[in-house]
This record gives sequence, C-alpha cells and structure tokens, in this order.
Amino acid sequence: MNAESAIDVRGMTKRFGGRTVVDHVDLQVHTGQIYGFLGPNGSGKTTFLRMLCGLLRADDGSGRVLGYDVIAESDAIKREVGYMTQRFSFWEDLSIEENLDFVARMYAVKNRRATVRESIAQLGLAGRKKQLAGELSGGWKQRLALAACLIHKPKLLLLDEPTAGVDPKARRDFWEQIHQLSAEGLTFLITTHYMDEAERCHRLAYISFGKLLADGSVDDVIAQVGLTTWSVSGPDLPHLAEQLRTQPGVQQAVAFGNALHVSSDDATALKQAIAPFQHPPYDWREIPSGLEDAFISLMEGSKDNFTP
Amino acid sequence: MTRHPKFSFGRLRGIIVKEFTQMRRDRLTFAMMLGIPLIQLTLFGYAINSDPRHLPAAVVLADRGPYGRTLLYAMKNSTYFNFVEQVATEKEAHNLLARGEVQFVINIPQNFTRDLLRGDRPAILVEADASDPVATGNALGSLGNVVNTALQQDLKGSLASLNATDGPVDVQIHALYNPEIVTQYNIVPGLMGVILTMTMIMITGLAITRERERGTMENLLSMPTRPSEVLIGKIVPYIMVGYIQVGVILVAAHFLFHVPMHGSIILLLLVALVFIAANLAMGITFSTIAKNQLQAVQMTFFVFLPSILLSGFMFPFRGMPPWAQVIGEFFPLTHFLRIVRGILLKGNAFNDVILQLWQIALFALIALIIGVKRYRQTLD
Repeated sequence: MNAESAIDVRGMTKRFGGRTVVDHVDLQVHTGQIYGFLGPNGSGKTTFLRMLCGLLRADDGSGRVLGYDVIAESDAIKREVGYMTQRFSFWEDLSIEENLDFVARMYAVKNRRATVRESIAQLGLAGRKKQLAGELSGGWKQRLALAACLIHKPKLLLLDEPTAGVDPKARRDFWEQIHQLSAEGLTFLITTHYMDEAERCHRLAYISFGKLLADGSVDDVIAQVGLTTWSVSGPDLPHLAEQLRTQPGVQQAVAFGNALHVSSDDATALKQAIAPFQHPPYDWREIPSGLEDAFISLMEGSKDNFTP
Repeated sequence: MTRHPKFSFGRLRGIIVKEFTQMRRDRLTFAMMLGIPLIQLTLFGYAINSDPRHLPAAVVLADRGPYGRTLLYAMKNSTYFNFVEQVATEKEAHNLLARGEVQFVINIPQNFTRDLLRGDRPAILVEADASDPVATGNALGSLGNVVNTALQQDLKGSLASLNATDGPVDVQIHALYNPEIVTQYNIVPGLMGVILTMTMIMITGLAITRERERGTMENLLSMPTRPSEVLIGKIVPYIMVGYIQVGVILVAAHFLFHVPMHGSIILLLLVALVFIAANLAMGITFSTIAKNQLQAVQMTFFVFLPSILLSGFMFPFRGMPPWAQVIGEFFPLTHFLRIVRGILLKGNAFNDVILQLWQIALFALIALIIGVKRYRQTLD
C-alpha cells in the first residue's frame, strides 16, 4: 500500500436490513489532503465515515486507515482519528473545560492539564471555560467540538457536516483553521452540502445512493460529468426556462442571477434543442460548466438510475 | 352553533389504531401493562401469607418419657411447627436461631414426664426469633392451647386431676432479638435494603440510555474506551450515593425508631458495599438492554416489585409457598434483609453473614458480566 495514503479502502459496504446504504465504495486520501465528501441527504456519507472510525462494522470491504486494518484494528484507528459528529455530541451538562478534560482523559493525553488549558486559550474561551456546553451558540459549539476532536493530536479528522448551521464568518474562520492544520500534515475527510466549501477542498468525491459517482479535483469532477452549458440572458427567463425544460435535449435549466444556465451531457442534442430560441431578444453564450451544474447533473442522473 | 370542529369518530378511530400500533411496537410497555397486574394478583393472592405455618424449629429434648414426644407431636400437628433438627445442647440451638436456620427452639427439660405426673406443672421453654414479629405471632399464640389440649387426651381417669385450670404444663415463651415485639425493628432495617434496591437500580438504569438518547453515545464510542471502563465508571460514583442513603437510614433507625444495634456497624457497611454494587450492576445491565430511559425505568419496577414482595420485607419469607421462596432467593434484597436484621437485631458476626453475602456478590458479578457482554461498541 501507499505510505502516503491516510485512507486507502476498497469495496466498503454497509447494509441495514435489506438496504445497501454504502455500496462498494473505494476511496484514497493522501496524507495532508483536505478531501470533500459530497452527496445528497441519505446518500451514505455518515455511514461511510462511521465505518472508517469503527463505529459501524462494515459488511464488506478492506483496506487501511493510517496504516491500520480498517476492519480488524479499529481500536488503533480510534486512537489516532478525530471524529466530529453531525449533531453536537458533547455533553451539554458539562462545562467547556470539563468536556475537553474528559476527552483528554479518554485518549490518555500526556500533560493533560496543560493541553486542555492551551486548547481553551486557542479557542479564545479562557474567560468562559466554566460555561456549560449546552448554553453555547451553534458557532461556538462547533468550535468546541473541533477543539475536542483535536485534543489528542489525531492524524486524521473525519468531520461530518461541520459547518451546518454556522454563520458565514464562523465558516470562513473554520476553513482557515482547516487549511492551516492541513499544512501541518493533518488529513481531513469532510462531508458538506455547500459548493463554496467543496471548492475549498483539494479533492472531492460525490456519493449518491451509496455509490461513488465521481472523484478527483474540482476540474476533474466537472470533466468527468462532461457537461456542456450555455448561458442565456433576456426578458422573462422563467417562461423561457419552462419551455426549455420540455425539450428532450435539455437536462437542466437553472436560474443564476440575471441569466439562465442550460446544460446537458449531450452537446449536439443541446445545440439542437436551443436552436429555436437563439434569436433576439435572447443573448446566448457557451460557458464552462460549474461544480454546482455538475453536482445537480449527478444528482438527477443517479435518481434516474435508482427510481424504478 | 359550535365553533369547534365536529367530533369525528373516524378521527377517534385513527388515533386508537395508532396508539395500539405504537403499544404493540413497544413490547416492554405492553409486557408491563399485562405483567404488573398479573404479578400483583399472583403475589397477593397466593404467595403472601401473614399466617405462616411449617416454620422450622429445633428441639432440645432432654426428657426420656412419653409426654415430651406427645407434646412435640401435637405441635407438629398444629402445622405451625416443622421440626428440622434435634440438637443436644442449647448452645447449638442458639446458633441455629442466630443464623436464621430455624425460627423456634423448643426446650423440653429433663424429667418433664415425671414432673408432669407428679402434678408439678413443669415448664417447657419456647424460644422464638421474633425479629419478624409477624412470622412468629400466630404460632406462639396457638401454642398454649395446642400443648394443653394434647395432654388432656392422655391425662384421663386418675390423672384427670392434673388438668388444672391453668393447664398441666407451664409454657414459657422467650421472644429473642426483639423482646418487645416492635414491628419497626423489623421494618426499618429492611427499608434500607428496599430503598437501595429501588434507587440504585434506577439510577444506573438510566446511565447508558441517557447517553444514547442525547446522542453522546456516538461520541463516547468513537473514543478508545472499553465497555468495562464505561460500565464500572458509571457504577462507582453511585456507590457513594448509596452510602449516604445507608447513613441516613442508620441514623433514623437509631434516633427515631430506637432500633437496637447489636452487631458491628463496620461489618454492616461492608455488606452494604456488596449489596449496592449488586444493584448498580443490575441497573447498568438493564441500561444496556433498554432502548430508552422510559424502558429502563420500567425494567426497574419489574424487578423492584417482586423484590419487595418476595424478599421477606413486606411479608414473612417463611409464610410463602416453596416456589415463591425459590424465586425470592434470587433477589439480592432477600439476602441483604437477612444480613441487616442479623447484624442489627441478633448481633451476627462475619461468620454468620458470609453464607448470605457470597450470594449477593455472585449476583453482582453475573450482572456485571452480562452488562459488559451486552454493551455494544458500535452503533449497529
């Protein structure tokens, strides 16, 4: 296996009852990378993260996380991984300091008191360390959770929608911290719904209905989807969009500000479909497809594959 | 004209169907609703008996004549007494009483037959373990009548004159351990066990389910912790709570109820430690089985109710039919009650209590092992 890989797993599968929630997902994440994990709700992102850190037993699959066997050595993996749950899962009836201290004890952190003090200082919460975690706002809860996940100096962080419900300023601070830690050699696997966050990742994977549909850098993912996109501006765009959506060659017609993005993975069919509308007052331009266009196309496409 | 929407039987039916469906899914609640009345009916209807019979008794028979045996036979026929042991000395008999192996010791003195025939009105001595007054009351009450009626049949003809107005035999009763026959002496030490059972099981019963309900379990499981660490870590703090309860009850027993304390309080505290641990371990095992806090509370009551009824707290243990006694033996409370009453009222020492103590310890161990086995380290 590649020593540069923090995560290198193949065929990871999880079934609940008869439903396959994660279906033979392969994933490779290099050390120091920030890897974005995208997909609609219920696509299996959380289940996949939980399998990586030993919270769920995989039904199938093999590979290594931080050099440890992902199935057999989950105890060793737990010691070097920080996992931040989607919902705030620290103890709301404990204070900030008590939470951090508890986590530090669980990981048997050396110089525990000093580490906790440092962590609180870095958080900028020295004056409020006695405050109960349950009384914190969403943004502060998220910062506390990240601090708690970092207290045992993990090598890999699994963050499950870490910025859900956090304001833009706090989100930006959060991502700055992630990039800083990644520069220090930490590896991140982060699930998110936000396009701007996806674009901040080094690499991306898109998962839908348990299947990995695309994987690579932002440009790679867009290229893999192979969309052709036209931008059109002019009067009464909602009406135009309605008409375009009925055309067989058009897969998406989405409003972006004062323009409409019309795209399809079949360039010829798209050209034929829009030809009847290519006259004034409409102004048509072919543009490079964006990440969001690509993701929506993936989402629509996978729906077609799965709904009978 | 009414402003409220009209009552709809269709809607009502929908709600009823929904409630039934939910109840059927929640099997524990369903079992409780059926089980508790059934258990109560069974216990109150059959198991509970405040007129216990066939109480174990030991005999110290020093008389060689026929009348001593006549007496014993009559006592046995009264169905109150069941002679399980004949011992040579009173000391041996007292040991049996102290350990609770017998409820009574009947002393028939030397020359009983001779003295009876002489018309000397000889005495027989009946010593009773009166720490639970309810258990011995009726047996003792019937005694004088049983004895004298038995002899009347034998004392006929020229011996009929011996049937004096106050009977041919003087029946002396010694109510040991609780001479004034004060019910509180029995109830108050018992309450210690009952309160500990109730609170200790419930408090840890909630421990794991609470984590699960609040979503903190996922976090706990993602950390490198072992099941035994989590479980024992959740038990230990509550041992202190248990000791506070023990302290309060002991103080109340002494100052409010004036319960005698003949034995060693240190020994009692040691025994309490084992008992508290047993209940906490049972609670935490429930906690690993129950899906939510409500279920954990329900399971607590499922054990608490039979415990309190079958342990000898509420009703005399020996008044229960054998099957109920067998069930009663499984509860730590049963053994703890014997020990507490033994230490406080009889002055039992370590050697006397060890027979009951190891059973509580075994229970604690088994409960903890089941808990550790049941504790899941994944969210599956």
